[in-house]
Amino acid sequence: MPFFTPGDDPGPSFSSLVRRLGLSPETPSSDVGARLAVTHATTVVAIRFAEGVVIAGDRRATSGNLISHRAIEKVFPADRHSGVAIAGAAGPAMEMVKLFQLQLEHYEKVEGTQLSLEGKANQLGQMVRSNLPAAMQGLAVVPIFAGYDLGRQTGRLFQYDVTGGRYEESNYASSGSGSLHAGTVVKLGFREGLTRNEAVDLALSAIFQAADEDSATGGPDLVRGIYPVIATITVDGFTRVPDAEIADRFTGLLDILASREVGITRIPENSTETGGEKR
Amino acid sequence: MSMPFYVAPEQVMKDRADYARKGIARGRSLVAAVYDNGILICAENPSSTLRKVSEIYDRIGFAGVGKYNEFDQLRIAGVRAADLKGFAYSREDVDARSLANNYAQILGQVFTHEMKPMEVEILVAEVGKSPAHDQLFHILYDGTVMDEEKFTVLGGEAEIIASRLEGLWTETLDLRGALAAAVGALSGPDRSLAATDLEVAVLERTAERRAFRRIERNVLPDLLP
Repeated sequence: MPFFTPGDDPGPSFSSLVRRLGLSPETPSSDVGARLAVTHATTVVAIRFAEGVVIAGDRRATSGNLISHRAIEKVFPADRHSGVAIAGAAGPAMEMVKLFQLQLEHYEKVEGTQLSLEGKANQLGQMVRSNLPAAMQGLAVVPIFAGYDLGRQTGRLFQYDVTGGRYEESNYASSGSGSLHAGTVVKLGFREGLTRNEAVDLALSAIFQAADEDSATGGPDLVRGIYPVIATITVDGFTRVPDAEIADRFTGLLDILASREVGITRIPENSTETGGEKR
Repeated sequence: MSMPFYVAPEQVMKDRADYARKGIARGRSLVAAVYDNGILICAENPSSTLRKVSEIYDRIGFAGVGKYNEFDQLRIAGVRAADLKGFAYSREDVDARSLANNYAQILGQVFTHEMKPMEVEILVAEVGKSPAHDQLFHILYDGTVMDEEKFTVLGGEAEIIASRLEGLWTETLDLRGALAAAVGALSGPDRSLAATDLEVAVLERTAERRAFRRIERNVLPDLLP
């Protein structure tokens, strides 16, 4: 049982307790990414809506150009009123989420009160910052943090960069290899005061379009019944959207997309059969 | 040249025990009891900010009586030990028995080796899937561990309160009933305790993960008899 004298007590921070006891992993001394195939988690988005935030992630993990997992989860509850979504090297990212969840719970238990949402966002920024040496060796982790601010009564979003830079976004945030496409979809579909259902549909559409353009992002897998993880965070807390609902909404999305394709004639590529002439 | 007086070890231990017991007896007592849907911990505590009862882990609660800074230090050490164990192994591997043994080691060590013993009595409670799996460990200032079955009382007047509780507690009590029994035992026949004199928390058997829940003072009057 760890005991400290008042002067060198690590306080309510679990990560500094872990460091003090020498339990944190050592930073690799050479470029891991260049020597080994590191598993990477990809696209995640978060969108603010009227009652809070929606946070979503695809299910694919890749090592180089191979798919290493079809059903990994990248969206996690951080505590009752906040969630974190990860992109980057999957191993260190999972470890960071585990440590972050514990960090918040540990603080709450030791201090008897919860951290403010701002405080939680800063904590995550410090964890990303302390991962910088590992990021330099190919193990970058870039999360998104989203939560419901009970004080301000609104959903809030935070994006990070690999140096631990913390940027609060007013409307939406995205991270990972497909974030450019996913972010653009959300950017075009966003408006103030989205309902919960509209926000879930927008997140689903963003993940789908990212998967359509980026090979490292996985789309809904109808054969195995694997769908993106989508969660809402409102005054009632973190709630994962059931898979059945996502399957249902996805069918709706497919109908819309398929209806746009009706009547489009596919121009065939030049073929050798016709001597290079188009038919 | 001065020679230190010889003091028999029995006398040293007795003096220390008396000292610790006196310190503990100055504070107010605390009751923990098993009810149908969990474990109730009810402390007589006029302060709404300086807690005697708190959460250690998913299904484990902590309570202390005696000197506040000492049991609070033990509480934080317990939270740290539990969180570290859950981090290094798995959440299921954290259990009350191992924590209680840890506490007993520390209290025993301090009692025999330090200048002064800790003036505390602590409780480590773990709620199980069924009442048969509930665990209540009552640990004394000298590291003595008592494994209680149904209820336990901590503090100066423990024996009197326990004998009162014996008459009030039954196997099938619900939360309301257990709270009435606990408050009745704590107050005795000559006093009555209001919501503002109490600190109440439960470990809920059916909770998915974190079972510890405080019953805040604003909702407490609805549950009191």
